[in-house]
Amino acid sequence: MAEREQKKKPAREKGEEEIAETPEPSEKGEKLKAELDDLLDEIDDVLETNAEDFVKSYVQKGGQ
Amino acid sequence: MAITKICGIETEFGILLRGAGESNPIAASSLLINAYVNELARAGSSFGPTPKVGWDFEDETPGNDARGTAPAGTMAPEVETHLVNAVLTNGARYYVDHAHPELSTPECAEARSVVKFDRSAEMILVRSMEAAKRLLPDGQEIVVYKNNSDRKGNSYGCHENYLMDRAVPFGRVVTHVMPHFITRQIFTGAGKVGSEAPGISVADVPYQLTQRADFFEEEVGLETTLKRPIVNTRDEPHSDAQKYRRLHVICGDANLSEIATYLKVGTTALVLSMVEDDFLPREFVFNAPVAVMRGVSYDTTLRRAWELVDGTTATALDVQWELFDRARKYAEEVGLECVGDDVGRDVLHRWETVLAGLESDPMSLADQVDWVAKYRLIDGYRERHDLSWDDARLAAMDLQYHDLRPAKSLARRAGLQTLVTDDEAALGMSEPPSDTRAYFRGKCLQKWADDIVAANWDSLVFDIGRDPLRRVPMMEPTRGTEAHVGSLLAGCATPAELLDKLGS
Repeated sequence: MAEREQKKKPAREKGEEEIAETPEPSEKGEKLKAELDDLLDEIDDVLETNAEDFVKSYVQKGGQ
Repeated sequence: MAITKICGIETEFGILLRGAGESNPIAASSLLINAYVNELARAGSSFGPTPKVGWDFEDETPGNDARGTAPAGTMAPEVETHLVNAVLTNGARYYVDHAHPELSTPECAEARSVVKFDRSAEMILVRSMEAAKRLLPDGQEIVVYKNNSDRKGNSYGCHENYLMDRAVPFGRVVTHVMPHFITRQIFTGAGKVGSEAPGISVADVPYQLTQRADFFEEEVGLETTLKRPIVNTRDEPHSDAQKYRRLHVICGDANLSEIATYLKVGTTALVLSMVEDDFLPREFVFNAPVAVMRGVSYDTTLRRAWELVDGTTATALDVQWELFDRARKYAEEVGLECVGDDVGRDVLHRWETVLAGLESDPMSLADQVDWVAKYRLIDGYRERHDLSWDDARLAAMDLQYHDLRPAKSLARRAGLQTLVTDDEAALGMSEPPSDTRAYFRGKCLQKWADDIVAANWDSLVFDIGRDPLRRVPMMEPTRGTEAHVGSLLAGCATPAELLDKLGS
């Protein structure tokens, strides 16, 4: 099985996405984007301040 | 005829002692659980758990293998008896397992009840964190994460359990649960930035559907901590072993989305009922199940087709649609009593909705499916700040999605749909389900904690001050319900009276 053939949506090129999505932004799409913007503003306030240290310190051994 | 799918979830939580430098996870887990148990006991609440009641290991045989004998070289899981082990009045078990706090829900009769008690479990962990914080020096706190990986190759599980008819050949169970476990990942996955499998870089897999797929190396086996198998063969029914088996499922993710937990348990209970009633004519046998398990998790497009041994191919959605179609037919022709009529119908409806959403636009499920909800947050943040997928801030967000502290949890802010109310879940912290043997366990602990010396899934041991200790067996998970024993328990003022009436 060709493991590498998969399309990777999260990794898609940024430029490509803009071309695909900028011409006719639908009303629904705009609303979703605005909601996401608000949400990202909200979580900005609670995010771990030192991401690198936090990620490094998160070690969990001995699990099933 | 399929038997009632009594089911439950056991979750191992990630744990950090913050503000103290190096932390010992075993000590932190013990402190966390003791803080909760002791605080409720001090409050004198009749619904509080009882630190006196320990777990009874009499019937623990994790080395038994459903295939009869385990292959040579198999490591049987250890049973640790010396760590904190509390039995709660809701019928749950709350304990330190290896280096993690773990909570097993009480036995539930259907998927919605599992969702409720899973929410109750989260509330118990939140209250435990608060209780522990009051005991710790200023600046320190214990934080609990409901996830399955530390992003460094260490994983811990969220296991499901389902009661099954012993008469069904185990081989048939394996044949049908394997493709379900592999393909249900498309709606059970809790999402992960990157991969922890050897040799897979963030360029290969920037984001995947599940926390757990990276850690599965075998198709079928007994292990749970290394060489994890997709289908686990532990044969420890915690009930009448002549009649029942307990299917122990170790490959799922811990979900924050209630809909995801509901579908994970609800669809699996349906598939198992169809296995019991021999209602699945088509066998999806993948050529390389372990590779497909990972491949499905790595394919966020959900479009990849996988080779089957019969020479055809199928996508994860193809398999799920086939299982769904059979389940709908099963509902019409056989009925859904074994999974709860109303819940069964609702699971079918939501299953169809989610599969249709995954097929047309996965992002439309950001309020139902964890991997989508998490992806939406992380990808949005990534685009806003123009970050690459290996940026530590995205890894931190991945972890923080699962932080159970209400003030910090990202999942709580993601707008996920709910099935149970906060009040219902809060009641479930102390009140057992009414429709399984957990009712008997929980109610006896509420009434007579001082007279019970030990408890486990299939018995209670009473010390009523005379004679030897008296063990009350509970070998039938569907008995001991409110309907069976509600008036009996209400009519007994003392445990001695209860034991007399039970004739034990």
